[in-house]
Amino acid sequence: MLEPGRHLTLGNVACAEGALRAGCRFFAGYPITPASEISHHLSAELPKVGGVFLQMEDEIASMSSVIGASWAGAKAMTATSGPGYSLMQENIGYAHMTETPLVVVNVQRSGPSTGQSTDPSQQDIYQARYGAHGDYEVIAISPWSVQEMFDLTVRAFNLAEAYRTPVMLMSDGLVAHIQEKLVVPEKVEVVDRRKPTSKSSTPWGTDDPSLVPEMPAFGEGHRLLVTGSTHRPDGMRIVTPQYHQMTVYRIRDKILNAEPKIRDIHRVQMEDAEVAVLSFGASARPSLEAVNQARGEGIKAGLFRLKTIWPFPEEDVSALADQVDAVIVVEMNFGKLVREVERVACGRTKVVSLGKIGGQLHMAREVLEAIRGAAA
Amino acid sequence: MKSLYYYRDRYVRAQPTAFCPGCGGGIILQCFLRAIDDLGIDKDRILAVSGIGCSAWIPSPYFDGDTLHTTHGRAIAFATGAKAFNPDLTTVVFTGDGDGAGIGGNHLIHAARRNIDLKVFLVNNFSYAMTGGQIAPTTLHGETTVTSPYGNPESPFDITQLVKAAGATYVAKWSTYHVVELTNAMKEALQHKGFSFIEILSQCPTQQRRVFNLRGALESLPPRILEMFGESTYVRGRPGKTGYLYAVPKGDVKETLIQAEALEGVKARIVDHIGFGQVVRVETKQPEVTREKLGGLSSVGGVADHLEKKIEVGLFERSERPEFTESLRAIMRKAKGE
Ligand SMILES: Cc1ncc(C[n+]2csc(CCOP(=O)(O)OP(=O)(O)O)c2C)c(N)n1
Ligand code: SF4
Ligand SMILES: [Mg+2]
Repeated sequence: MLEPGRHLTLGNVACAEGALRAGCRFFAGYPITPASEISHHLSAELPKVGGVFLQMEDEIASMSSVIGASWAGAKAMTATSGPGYSLMQENIGYAHMTETPLVVVNVQRSGPSTGQSTDPSQQDIYQARYGAHGDYEVIAISPWSVQEMFDLTVRAFNLAEAYRTPVMLMSDGLVAHIQEKLVVPEKVEVVDRRKPTSKSSTPWGTDDPSLVPEMPAFGEGHRLLVTGSTHRPDGMRIVTPQYHQMTVYRIRDKILNAEPKIRDIHRVQMEDAEVAVLSFGASARPSLEAVNQARGEGIKAGLFRLKTIWPFPEEDVSALADQVDAVIVVEMNFGKLVREVERVACGRTKVVSLGKIGGQLHMAREVLEAIRGAAA
Repeated sequence: MKSLYYYRDRYVRAQPTAFCPGCGGGIILQCFLRAIDDLGIDKDRILAVSGIGCSAWIPSPYFDGDTLHTTHGRAIAFATGAKAFNPDLTTVVFTGDGDGAGIGGNHLIHAARRNIDLKVFLVNNFSYAMTGGQIAPTTLHGETTVTSPYGNPESPFDITQLVKAAGATYVAKWSTYHVVELTNAMKEALQHKGFSFIEILSQCPTQQRRVFNLRGALESLPPRILEMFGESTYVRGRPGKTGYLYAVPKGDVKETLIQAEALEGVKARIVDHIGFGQVVRVETKQPEVTREKLGGLSSVGGVADHLEKKIEVGLFERSERPEFTESLRAIMRKAKGE
């Protein structure tokens, strides 16, 4: 593990380091660019702290074993990229239904299919939201720097444990592969899952206002009935409409009720902004540069960066729509998150989509031109 | 011998089970409960993992210990994570032929290769039973099913040989007909350190009527199917029955029975055989003579020896090599510089 203090390091290494500080003691993955360095680093570091590193036969098995380990009591994680992320979806749905805390890192690369396998993208954000079948609410957060690869990985674990849910760390090939300054703090705040105090607790039901049930582990004498089928609070399979609604609505609502706490927006020069650049992850980097250049030209521009993508911060984006004359949505895809912005803005502000594919980051110039156009 | 109530009251969570009348699932659950009880393994130290299918329901919800009912085909991969993180859990996997050798076949061979200490009980009912009896990777060539109305164009896996070749260190194969042997094999598997695998040939009275062309009332099927496993298997290393011949009918099996019964000094009856279908089993003291006579009957298409087309059951592998979770612990000690 890196010592507390300043380091020059790779985004993926920062992610692995964050995981270790957050208490991750189980990792299973399958090799894929641009995520592999996370597994390289954890294969060396996890055993030193008594953790388990597994290289599985595929991403389906990786996701499966992470869920198994989480129920055995581990803080557990996997890391992958597009093709592997697609393979994980069925079991991510299983993790939602069984309320299994875990972290999935998706270092996004350019698709569809093998596409530009080594180049960054932000094309999987809807897969994070809707990739598994069925209804559920997901938490997805997105780092824009090496420092945030560390910080948001810690946060991903804390959110997963606090809400007993799978959390998606939506990184990208750029943030993962740059070397930057990382400050490892002396101490990081760590959240642990709530464990039951009695054997009669219900692992899938609770009176707690958080709607998050306590979570026992295998081998503790709880005689657990973990199942992805619709179940009673004690785990017994029962597929009536009532139980299905009760379970699936609670699993949704525990996330939606906590949305204000999960929400995380980084604002730069937004106080008096008339044109907002809404972005996330790597594409927020040229966006910030463009905002600064626009300010130099006297345009009141600001950066509105989503660190939490899902649940979508509707309240803040709605307020944003009332504040500014235009929102430019900068993202490395056809233009995806822009749909959410349009939905929430509901015509109250001009929404401009600045999507870009091809595996290259936007140029600050491209964003600046859009800002100029919107300000004119 | 302990009563059924003894096992039910101690180890079974919910009753009655959802299995169809005569299903092999209950027999397999009972063999497992007897095995853990005989060995005195605390049920609270057992994790039973299963996938999706009728076979997956054997432990979940019925086994009253920790259970993990997962996605289709992935039980072994889920179990790998739990066992690797907590090697103290006695981790067993119940899987079906479709679950374990079809959709989950890759996890099966890789877990065998790793020699991870999982006890995998694969229930082979030759069919995707839960979804309505479609062809599985175990369905025999030529069999008609709902997805092979003209006969199965594929040939089945020999799962036991597959798992053995993949590196499992305990491999056995039994059927629900062999309850004593199966219980003992489960005990051996539970005590073995390493990937332990038992293929269990099982009956599905609901779908096997189609898979094995068994006609007749549901109530009378389970004993017939159980007898079929007895007829169709022979135990490795045990002397086979002598004095049996099988007459394979050209047409109506009843016609063959009538003709066979008319022969001197023989006992004949119709039996179900997995490889031949319905045949006439002929018991004789003079096999050579009877074989010739049978072969000459107008209704007989062929005569088979008692070992032909039989499925070999018994112990297939018992060996030692580094177990995966122990290797993981050794790596931890090495990384810590201990
Ligand atoms: C990914 C996926 N594909 C298909 C199914 C549907 N399905 C449920 S059970 C089953 C067959 C199970 O067959 P087997 O493992 O042999 O178990 P059996 O019911 O015969 O005991 C299938 C295909 C599913 N649940 N998930
Ligand atoms: S369908 Fe077959 S395997 Fe499934 S419960 Fe019924 S008898 Fe058993
Ligand atoms: Mg089957």
